[in-house]
Amino acid sequence: MALFQLNVNGTTHELDIDPSTPILWVLRDHLNLVGTKYGCGIAQCGACTVHLNGVAVRSCQLPISAVGNNTLTTIEGLSEKGEHPVQKAWIEHDVPQCGYCQAGQIMSASALLEANPNPSDEEIESAMNGNLCRCGTYTRIKAAIKTASNS
Amino acid sequence: MKTIKTSIGRRSFIKMSTLAGGGIMLSFNWLTSCDMTPKQVKALPKEWFELNGFLKIGDNGLVTIMSPNPEIGQNVKTSMPMLVAEELDVDWNDVIVEQAPLNTSVFSRQLAGGSQSIRQGWNSLRMAGATARTMLIQAAAQSWGVAASEITTSEGQLIHEGTGNKSGYGAMASLAAQQEVPEEVVLKDLNDFKIIGSSKKNVDGTKIVTGQPLYGLDYRSENMLIAMIVHPPAFGMRLKSLDGSEAETMPGIKKVFTIKTHLEDYSLGAFDNDAFNEIAVVVGNTTWEVMKAKEVLKTKWELAPAKKEELNFFGRTVTVETPAGLESSTGHQKVFEEMAKKKGKVVRKDGNPEKMFSQAAKIIERTYTCPFLAHNTMEPMNFYADVTPERANLVGPIQTPEIMEGSIAKRLGMDKEKIDIQMTRMGGGFGRRLYGHFMTEAAVISKEMGQPVKLIYSREDDMTQGTYRPAYHATYRAALDKKNNLIAFHVKTGGIPESPLAANRFPAGAIDHYMAEEWTEKSNITVGAFRAPRSNFIAGAEQAFLDEVAEAMGKDPIDFRLELLDRAEKNPVGKNNDYEASRYAGVLKLVKEKSNWTAADSSIYRGTAAYFCHNSYVANVLDLEMQNGNPVVKKVYCAIDCGVVVNPDAATNLAEGGVVDGIGHAMYSAITFKDGMPEQNNFDRYRLIRHSEAPKEIEVHFVDNQIDPTGLGEPPFPPIMGAMANALYRATGVRHYNQPFITDKPLAG
Repeated sequence: MALFQLNVNGTTHELDIDPSTPILWVLRDHLNLVGTKYGCGIAQCGACTVHLNGVAVRSCQLPISAVGNNTLTTIEGLSEKGEHPVQKAWIEHDVPQCGYCQAGQIMSASALLEANPNPSDEEIESAMNGNLCRCGTYTRIKAAIKTASNS
Repeated sequence: MKTIKTSIGRRSFIKMSTLAGGGIMLSFNWLTSCDMTPKQVKALPKEWFELNGFLKIGDNGLVTIMSPNPEIGQNVKTSMPMLVAEELDVDWNDVIVEQAPLNTSVFSRQLAGGSQSIRQGWNSLRMAGATARTMLIQAAAQSWGVAASEITTSEGQLIHEGTGNKSGYGAMASLAAQQEVPEEVVLKDLNDFKIIGSSKKNVDGTKIVTGQPLYGLDYRSENMLIAMIVHPPAFGMRLKSLDGSEAETMPGIKKVFTIKTHLEDYSLGAFDNDAFNEIAVVVGNTTWEVMKAKEVLKTKWELAPAKKEELNFFGRTVTVETPAGLESSTGHQKVFEEMAKKKGKVVRKDGNPEKMFSQAAKIIERTYTCPFLAHNTMEPMNFYADVTPERANLVGPIQTPEIMEGSIAKRLGMDKEKIDIQMTRMGGGFGRRLYGHFMTEAAVISKEMGQPVKLIYSREDDMTQGTYRPAYHATYRAALDKKNNLIAFHVKTGGIPESPLAANRFPAGAIDHYMAEEWTEKSNITVGAFRAPRSNFIAGAEQAFLDEVAEAMGKDPIDFRLELLDRAEKNPVGKNNDYEASRYAGVLKLVKEKSNWTAADSSIYRGTAAYFCHNSYVANVLDLEMQNGNPVVKKVYCAIDCGVVVNPDAATNLAEGGVVDGIGHAMYSAITFKDGMPEQNNFDRYRLIRHSEAPKEIEVHFVDNQIDPTGLGEPPFPPIMGAMANALYRATGVRHYNQPFITDKPLAG
C-alpha cells in the first residue's frame, strides 16, 4: 500500500492503495466513478478509455503509480451536464444500443477531435479502431463524430 | 378501432397514492428512483396515482410508465412504454420511464429472447394504456356530470366539447384511480397513432453518454464485497482440490472457498446450463485485490466423468448425455467429415428426390461450416446478491429473471416470494444472459459470506465458460436437368451438439422434390442460444448455395429467388411451410428497387441474400469495392418486413447493428479448442469486427404495412452473412464455404 494524490475531473483525491492498481479499478471501486467500463483488462476493447492530460488512454493498463501529477478526465468529467459536442452528437444520432462501450467511444472521439478537429473518414477509423462495439453501432459513431466535428 | 377484453384485474393494482409522502415504498428501485431526463419540463408531482401496474399519473400530469422487459440494447425500454403512452394518449415529453422489477403478478413474459418483446407486448401494453385512459374518462364524466362517450382526449387532456369542460390527466388522476377497471377497452386505429411510428430517442441516452450508473457492474450497496470465480481451464475437467491459504493472506481478501452452483439432487432447468458446477471463489474488498489473489490460488483439476442428466425443460423431462474427454477442433472436424458421409434423420421429404437426383444432368454439391462462437457481451457476466436467512435481493443483468427466480428459490431453499430481482440495463445479451448460472452463484456466495456480494467474471472467465454458439455443418445439393431447370433440392445439416436445420423454411415449398435431413453429435462443450439461433449459420449457407445454383442456371440471383417464391405462393409444395411467400418476395423486391440492382456500377461487386426468421423477413444487397486488393464493404441495403415499426430510428439502428454483427462474425470470429481448452480467451486472440471493417454506409428500408409487429432483434443478423459471401465471390472469384471467411478453413483449425 502507498499514498497517492490523484487528480480526477479537477478534484484531488488522496488514496492509500496498492501501487499496481489500474486506474480503471481506482475509479470504479474507490472513487465510485463507474462510467469508465471494464471490458477486457488488456487494452483491447477501449471500454475503459479516459483522458490523461487530454490524451485517450486505456485505464485498465494504467497503474495508479504511473499517473503522478498528470490530470485524469473521465466520462463524468467530460462536461458538466452532458453538453460536450461529442455527447450532444451522440444523442442527436441516438447512437447507443446496449450503451456499455459508448463512454469509451466518446472519450476516444473527444480526444481525437481535440487533436484533429476535422478528421477524415480514415483518420476516424484509425483513431476509433481500438474501441469495440459489440452491438455494431460503428456507422452511427462515425456520423456522430462528423457532426461533432462540424459543431 | 379494435375492442379488446382487458386482462388487468384488481390484483395488479397497488394503492400507492401516498408514495411521495413516504408512505408505501414498494421495493425501492435503485435503477430509477424517478429521476428525470432533461426533456421533462414539468417538476416532479407531489403525489402519484397508480392506475395499473404499468403506469402512474402525477397530480401535475407527469406520467411514469413501467418498462416490463429486460433491456439488452434492443431498445424495448423506450419502445414498450411508447405502446402504453400511445393508448393513454399523452405527450411523450411528459413521460418518465422506469425499469420494472420482476413482478409476475402484474407483468407477463418479462423476458428478453426470441425477438418477442414487442410482438408479445403489442396488445397487453396498449391495453394497459387504454385501460387507464378509459378510467380517466370515467372520472371526468363523473366529475362533470356528462356521458363518458362524449369525452375525448388529446395529449394528456380530457375534453368535453358540449360544456367546454377541460382537464389535464393530473387533476383527474386521483378520481380515476378509484374507478372500476373497464372490462373492455377500445384501441386506437393504426392511422391515428401519434407516438407509435415516430422516432423517439433512447430514454437512457443521456445517462449513457454521461456515464451514469446503469449496468449490473455499476451496482453497489453498503457493505458489499467483490467476488470472482475460477472455473476449470478445459471442458471435460472438474475441480479436484483448492488451496487458497496464500490468497487468503493477501490484502483485502476475505475468504477463498469452493461452491457448487447446483446441488446433486437438483434437476437442471432449461437456462441453468453450465459446464462447470463446482468452482473456486475468491471474495475480497475490491476488484483488483481479488484479481491479484486469483493468480496465486493453487487449484488442481481432474478429468470429469461422462454424465447422464435428467433436465427439466419447463416441466418436460429431457435426458442429456455429456461425454467425457478433452475435445479439440481437429476432432470436431473429423466428426463433421464422418457424420456428413452417413445418412441423417430425414425431417422432411417432398416428391421423390432420390429419383430426380439419379436422373439429373448436373448436380451441384457444396458444404458449409462454422465454428463455435462466444457471445462476448461487452459487459462480462456479473450479478449482485444480498442473501439473508429471511430474504434474497438480486440486482443485475439477466434476460430471464422469472425463470432464474425459480432456480434460485430451489438452490436457496427459499420461497419465491422472498426473492426480489431487479433488472439493470444490460451491456449486451445476444442470448448469453438467458443462462443465469452467475445469478445462482452470486446468491450462493452471498449466503456463504453472510454479506452482500457482487460477482464479476473477468473477460477470460467469461469467454472460456462455454454457453457457445454451436459448431454447424451443412451440405446442400441441387439437381438440374439438361435445360438447367432446378428439379430437386437436398439439404443435410448437423452440428455439435445440435443441428441448425429449419426443414420447413424456404426453399421448402418451392421445389417439388425436396429432402431435408440432419444429424447431431454429443459434446461436453456447453452451448446456448446465440442471436438468431441456428438461423445465424443456416441462412448464410443456404443463401450462398442458392447464389451458386442461380449462377449455374444462368439466372439473376434475385429473380431466381422471386421465381421460387412465386411458385411457393401460387402452388406451394407441402403443407407445413412456415413462411409467407408474398412477404418474403416483398423484401426482395424492395431491396432490388432501393439498391438499383439492375443498374450497378461495374467497379462495385454485389451480393444478395434474404431470410425469414423470428416472424420477420429481411433482404440484403451488399456492395463491395476492392481497394489495394482488399475487399471493402461500401454499402449495405437492408429491406425489412417486421410489420408495424414502433420506433423507426431505433429500429434502423438495430438493423444496422445486425448487419455489422453479421459481417463481423462471418468474417472474423471463432472459438477453437485444443485438449478441451478454448484457444481464445480475450480480444487479443478472439477477433471481433472493428470500426474500419464496418460497412461505410447502411441503408435500411421497412415495408410499410399494418401487420402487427414481429421480431427485429435477431432477423437482420443472419442473411447478411450470405450476402457477404456472395459479394466476396463476385469481387474475388473465390467462394467462401467456411466461417470465419478470413481463414476459410473448417472450424478455423
